Amino acid sequence: MTATSDREQMAYISSQAADARVNVELDTGDMTLNIGPQHPATHGTLRIACQLDGEQVITAEPIMGYMHRGYEKLCEVRTYPQCTTLINRIDWLGSFANEVPFILAAERLMEVEAPPRAQWIRTILFELSRVANLALFLGDMGVQIGALTPVFFAFRDRERVLNQIEEVTGGRFHPNFDRIGGLKDDIPKGWIEETRSVMIKMRTFCDEMEDLLVGNEIFQARCRGVGVIPPEVALGYGLSGANLRASGVDWDLRRDANPGLAWDQVDWRVWTHPDGDSFARYWVRLQETREATHIVDQLLDGIPSGPIMAKVPRIIKVPAGEAYLSTENPLGEMGYYIVSKGDLGPFRVKIRTPSFNNISIVPWVMKGVYVPDVITILGSLYFILGDIDR
Amino acid sequence: MTTLLALPYWQETGIKLGLALAIIPTTSLILVYLFLFKMMAFMQSRLGPNDTGPYGTLQLIAEAIKFLQKEDIHPAQADRRVFRMAPVVVLASTFLLYVVLPAGPDAIVQDLDTGVFYAMAVSSLSVLGILMAGWSSANKYALLGGLRAAGQLIAYELPLILAVMGVVVQAETLNLQGIVEAQATGEIFGFGGIGNPFILTQFLAFLIFMIAAQAELTQTPFDMPVAETELVGGFHIEYTGFRFLLFFMAEFGTAFAFAALASVMFLGGWWIPGFDVDDNILNVLGPGVMLGKILLISFFIFWVRFTYPRLREDQLQKFAWKVLIPLALANIVLTGIFKVVF
Repeated sequence: MTATSDREQMAYISSQAADARVNVELDTGDMTLNIGPQHPATHGTLRIACQLDGEQVITAEPIMGYMHRGYEKLCEVRTYPQCTTLINRIDWLGSFANEVPFILAAERLMEVEAPPRAQWIRTILFELSRVANLALFLGDMGVQIGALTPVFFAFRDRERVLNQIEEVTGGRFHPNFDRIGGLKDDIPKGWIEETRSVMIKMRTFCDEMEDLLVGNEIFQARCRGVGVIPPEVALGYGLSGANLRASGVDWDLRRDANPGLAWDQVDWRVWTHPDGDSFARYWVRLQETREATHIVDQLLDGIPSGPIMAKVPRIIKVPAGEAYLSTENPLGEMGYYIVSKGDLGPFRVKIRTPSFNNISIVPWVMKGVYVPDVITILGSLYFILGDIDR
Repeated sequence: MTTLLALPYWQETGIKLGLALAIIPTTSLILVYLFLFKMMAFMQSRLGPNDTGPYGTLQLIAEAIKFLQKEDIHPAQADRRVFRMAPVVVLASTFLLYVVLPAGPDAIVQDLDTGVFYAMAVSSLSVLGILMAGWSSANKYALLGGLRAAGQLIAYELPLILAVMGVVVQAETLNLQGIVEAQATGEIFGFGGIGNPFILTQFLAFLIFMIAAQAELTQTPFDMPVAETELVGGFHIEYTGFRFLLFFMAEFGTAFAFAALASVMFLGGWWIPGFDVDDNILNVLGPGVMLGKILLISFFIFWVRFTYPRLREDQLQKFAWKVLIPLALANIVLTGIFKVVF
């Protein structure tokens, strides 16, 4: 046989095999449905390989890595101040919150502490990025379920918060503002009053979302009892953030392990919900957005005076050592494990991102649900793809 | 009935055919511009099209040209003939609906004695086209969408027909012109000034009809066959360019036709209080009145569409079989009792 006919034969066999595969799928009634990597509900490039029986999911497996950007490795060839540029892009909706734990971990290694004013402004910006991040979730959840209006309201109102962040840092999405030992700049004049009015608007936005979605029968029918995660399972899979609190676990790093930011100076509460379903996750995030606006309000009242930078050398060298520090980011626990050998840049950085762990529960929680519920659960687990793949 | 114009049969047919062909693009354009572009943008605090022409009116032309320019793609595994036929079948169902819609005493393409029956039968033809599209696309999302559409449209065909039964029983005719006439000559407690629009006596039927129509049109909250965020467009996922445009036109054309059916059966159709039912002037004023009523009803259809989230398939079926159909049956029984007693 010549090579050409060999190829022809192979082509024929493979086409036969493809036909057979189609037939087998139709005969058994099982169907593999790839949700993603290019699917609007995965907002990014997550792929979920579902085995379907009719519309019921038998197994669902999340496949990640389509957007892996190698940030941990890239951090090793950068100096500490340069790293924040990358780290901004992990959870791109709440990017200032990404910088904080990294900087705090580096500060801990250097045994430097930022002055109180810097810590307060850090906390304010942290909570502002939480509001901006969660506001988008509040609208986006509606779009996952088919209601288009909330997402437009969310984009409209989130812009106000981004404007405030931009006014301080100069960047809407990627502030790159946190420095080891403090902040790059002080807040501009008149910013406090503006932020206060924005926070009032954001509370109105939360009320709107409550009217549009939480009180809606169809929204409740689609979300209540869908994707129930009991507390022990949630803890077992290492969920964090609102996903864990929606299962009734009272756990918030801002309160339980405050790394020196100003959260302990203000009066606020941790919201939990006993149900653990998609509705609970939405509800908890809604309350958290409200709570964050209240935190910002209180912090704005009491910003202490003083410098915004501690005394640090011009060229930052972090002494040898290891440090792990995590904070309660909009999506959950985000931590950085930094190993330093005393150089300009870190020797090794391990990033613990919340979405990666949160999405790991997908195979467990999606057994036996319908295809529309897959989208509801994905939406309510709320992941940012950059936060999964980093 | 008086005749507006005494024309030879073939000329009359030619005019009617031309009008009917022109009416689907026109009506769907009206709905798309008014509701999809402007009202939706207003409700969602967006701008909506405003650059192309005055108030963005030329945006429609721009969109149409855009669709015509796109490449006509067939998936490699698609059943090409069925794939090409499907949008035409869907559009044909819409087109056939317009045949019996009256806009005046004589302004009707074909005055069928079984108009209601015909309209219901023809409107369910679109299921066939959607199923064909879903199956022939060789795409799992499209298949799921097509099957969902089939299940949903069949389930909601029943409450739709049962709701209409109440009207038919009250009007004692299946003829759409007869239904308009019955409303025009009817009386409410002895007062005949505004006739008797059946929305007053058949309010339950009207509600059921509108809900079922919403499902027939696959509008939110019953848009699972399309479901952008889960099935990414459902049965028309693989369609591009002109073929997609056909689906799109059929969607809005059918919405217009269903609004017209609702206004004929529940709002008194083209009749204006104070005029004789046979008055020739109604052939001129009637279409305007109809358009007003149709736009009013479409406003409600699209209002619901832009406001509500989407139900799940099993919840939708439960709603049809456990709520709407029993209610519609009760409505028929009640109407029957009233018909016999009074």
